[in-house]
Amino acid sequence: MSNTASELPLYEVFIRSKNGLHHKHVGSLHASDDEMALTNARDVYTRRSEGVSIWVVKTDNVVASQPEDKASFYDPNDDKMYRHPTFYNIPDEVGHM
Amino acid sequence: MTDKEMLFEYLLRLGDNCVILSQRLAEWCGKAPVLEEEMALMNVGLDLVGQARLILDYAGKVEGAGRDEDKLAYHRDAQDWRNLLLVEQPNGDFAVTMARQLYFDLFQQLQFEALVKSKDQTISEIAAKSLKEIKYHVRHSSDWVIRLGDGTDESHERMQNALDQLWGFTPEMFDMDAVEQAMVDAGIGVDVSTLRDEWDARINAILTEATLKRPDVTWEVRGSREGKHSEHLGYLLAEMQFLPRAYPDASW
Repeated sequence: MSNTASELPLYEVFIRSKNGLHHKHVGSLHASDDEMALTNARDVYTRRSEGVSIWVVKTDNVVASQPEDKASFYDPNDDKMYRHPTFYNIPDEVGHM
Repeated sequence: MTDKEMLFEYLLRLGDNCVILSQRLAEWCGKAPVLEEEMALMNVGLDLVGQARLILDYAGKVEGAGRDEDKLAYHRDAQDWRNLLLVEQPNGDFAVTMARQLYFDLFQQLQFEALVKSKDQTISEIAAKSLKEIKYHVRHSSDWVIRLGDGTDESHERMQNALDQLWGFTPEMFDMDAVEQAMVDAGIGVDVSTLRDEWDARINAILTEATLKRPDVTWEVRGSREGKHSEHLGYLLAEMQFLPRAYPDASW
């Protein structure tokens, strides 16, 4: 492989495996533009009938949380069990909800 | 030739194109310009293997001499192959591979679209199944010819050279002979000479978009119908057939 691949923009690939399901992130690839990204995704990620729909997104356009934000983003939720429905006892009279 | 022999011959012409072109594409494995394109080339090649298997399997049954698809693919010498000279031409640079692919993909699409209407049900079904793949192949190769033609100075020049280099192999695709005519008369085959105008029109449209010139080449070479191939086919077969010939009953 030559190093031209590293010069092409990176895209993230999302595949929907069946109608009704969500698109799931499956990986990434290099392509020079959107159209090529879509066909490359078809060739790289759907060869074994993995999908019925493809989304490709330039990796640059993905806004991601940062690992160093982990403490302030997620830790405060650890001790708030009352946010889970299982925290509450349901009176027997309610029956099945 | 009997009707059966003509049909067998006709099926070899259809199937051998797929075998030889797939072998050429497989040569890119491990050396394509980028990983994504390598996968694309292998996908096209494997589609062609699938088509070849169906066609040669049927050819073997029509022949009725006990030869199956493997026997036909691995135990025939160059003069017995009926693939177009175009598809056996070496890969060259990526532009040459794409020029070869575009010329063939467009031809195969037109040919198989017509074969869907074949009175031979097996041929009709194989054509219908293959067309979905072929349409993607056309999209792939025409995209690349347009990209490279309308790309940088170097890619434009390489693409033009590639088109010029292979142009003289294209007239053979549209040749009629006794076998082709017999198949047309029987409602089995397609009159390939009638595909030329549509092929030309599509090529011209793609080349215009690609800012490329229609090759101005006057030489033409043909011969595959009689098994007269370019020197390249022998080397290709030697590599492709070595293992089954050295170990005829090998299995894995």
